[in-house]
Amino acid sequence: MEAFTQHIGTAAPLRRSNVDTDQIIPAVYLKRVTRTGFEDGLFAAWRNDPSFVLNQPEYDGVSVLVAGPDFGTGSSREHAVWALLDYGFRVVVSSRFGDIFRGNSGKAGLLAALVTQDVVEQLWTTIEADPGTKVTVDLENKTISAGDVSAPFEIDDYTRYRLLNGLDDVGITLSHADEIAAYEATRPSFKPATLPAKA
Amino acid sequence: MGRTLSEKVWDAHVVRHADGEPDLLYIDLHLVHEVTSPQAFDGLRLAGRPVRRPDLTIATEDHNVPTYDVDKPIADPVSRTQVDTLRKNAEEFGIRIHTLGDPDQGVVHVIGPQLGLTQPGMTVVCGDSHTSTHGAFGAIAFGIGTSEVEHVLATQTLMQARPKTMAVTVDGVLPDGVSAKDLVLALIAKVGTGGGQGYIVEYRGEAIRALSMEARMTICNMSIEWGAKAGMIAPDETTFAYLQDKPHAPQGVDWEAAVEYWKSLATDEDATFDREVVLRAEDIAPFVTWGTNPGQGIPLSENVPSPDDFDNENDKVAAERALEYMGLTAGTPMREIHVDTVFLGSCTNGRIEDLRAAAGVLAGRKVAEGTRMLVVPGSGRVRLQAEAEGLDRIFKDAGAEWRGAGCSMCLGMNPDQLAPGERSASTSNRNFEGRQGKGGRTHLVSPLVAAATAVTGTLAAPADLPPVDVAVPENV
Repeated sequence: MEAFTQHIGTAAPLRRSNVDTDQIIPAVYLKRVTRTGFEDGLFAAWRNDPSFVLNQPEYDGVSVLVAGPDFGTGSSREHAVWALLDYGFRVVVSSRFGDIFRGNSGKAGLLAALVTQDVVEQLWTTIEADPGTKVTVDLENKTISAGDVSAPFEIDDYTRYRLLNGLDDVGITLSHADEIAAYEATRPSFKPATLPAKA
Repeated sequence: MGRTLSEKVWDAHVVRHADGEPDLLYIDLHLVHEVTSPQAFDGLRLAGRPVRRPDLTIATEDHNVPTYDVDKPIADPVSRTQVDTLRKNAEEFGIRIHTLGDPDQGVVHVIGPQLGLTQPGMTVVCGDSHTSTHGAFGAIAFGIGTSEVEHVLATQTLMQARPKTMAVTVDGVLPDGVSAKDLVLALIAKVGTGGGQGYIVEYRGEAIRALSMEARMTICNMSIEWGAKAGMIAPDETTFAYLQDKPHAPQGVDWEAAVEYWKSLATDEDATFDREVVLRAEDIAPFVTWGTNPGQGIPLSENVPSPDDFDNENDKVAAERALEYMGLTAGTPMREIHVDTVFLGSCTNGRIEDLRAAAGVLAGRKVAEGTRMLVVPGSGRVRLQAEAEGLDRIFKDAGAEWRGAGCSMCLGMNPDQLAPGERSASTSNRNFEGRQGKGGRTHLVSPLVAAATAVTGTLAAPADLPPVDVAVPENV
């Protein structure tokens, strides 16, 4: 995973609440067995609508998405995060995220920045007044700024640490292999196993 | 101070705890399916890592698979590649897999319990948000993304921050004709789609204790629809009786030891929850959704709401948008809404009791002209059981389509999809825009409401139907 310290880019306002992961990428786009190429499925239903925000030329090349509350609810599909990354987003800002989506973001290198709804509204106003406004997201200091708006955002310390250092979770955990083996030795014999199969 | 059910199960799985870090949690059972796993297996191959515990891992194919002509190769080449990829990965990494045609193929959350692999006090994960289903046994069960699937395959653990605890207590007795699905839809309408966020929820109280295991699974299944990390129900005699004859249930002295341990998991008298919600079972009626998230629901007896009924600006805007997408006018009685397709199935309501409930309504009746009904059993075994009980004949005689097992129209990854503008009454879990097919409109309902709706062609409960005089098979 690429390390994330600071990001500067333009932003798109997504004035919708409850944008579930089926909206971010519908199920029919989940059939790939590769890790990339999901940008074609991003907001697929809405991309057909000429008035959709990402179809506006002034929002070409955006890398920050400022969304309404409850962004990323629903399905656990990490493809939603991959689709946002593949499209070019590095940061999603919202006042509330679906838990699994937020976890997936941290694993895949997309920064999910949690702010108050008031800050979301201020960012929307600022961006819409001038879509060329540069948004600066500073993970070191946990701040987001754009035009006259400057506000702190929340992210859990561990995800922040991993993103700042671009760390691979599996590698970290495998460094505790002894502790996993010690735990396994204490598991009771009545715990089920899938093998051998019983019918 | 005492501990809650979820705290006891959590504590028993902590491999490593360090301040300022998430807990490293041991995973007892990892369920794998074709959609969220290929990139995880690729990750293992790239790093040269094995699956740490193939014996705690099981795979099946469910999301993509067709529900008819299952003996033929999958027609869609992209779906076929994904299913083939899972089969190859299972072989390469030594993982047990149940493929199309096998009685234990089916929706991953139906087969874990039917094999007895889901047991109280376990941790269960799967790359699927409805993993919360398994919480019905008193397990901590939750959905994970593909990066975490790889993490569990490689390490049999997950890093997880400890969630807060919530109790949802349902006092009293559910009225006749009101099911677990109605209860959970009413709950979500009350607390909102984000209401459970950050919590492991324990469902408790008289109405919950009275539910069968399958009904409990329906409740826990929908935990994710109000944002909860997981939903749980304390194991009791109902749980033990369900498990006793399952293939992977503990045997002999192991059974005795297991039951003793399971009984110790109940929340202690003096334990406290971070938040409590109380519902009265008597207040709950057949419940349906009108909008595009599971929180947008009302009793079947009411009318489509107006955006003006909502105080919160976001809810108002969301309601306006939902009504437009759903093609509904505020004030229309829900019972007057015409339905094109009825879908009975999914990890929410695709088990044998759901099929029995619907068959009980359909016996001696016909699916309305202009409406089609798909019946998709949750697993090959559920299908066989239904056929042994003659339920398939009731469905077919009524004019419904009797299909093979899979996720099917719940998410429309296979050919079972709604056409643009088509309206469904669906026993599944999500009424999101386009979930069941691009432009499709979904009303979430219980199996009883689904069956009655199929008969009238408009949203209905069994009580709305004129009586029929038929012999209904036993169990129905």
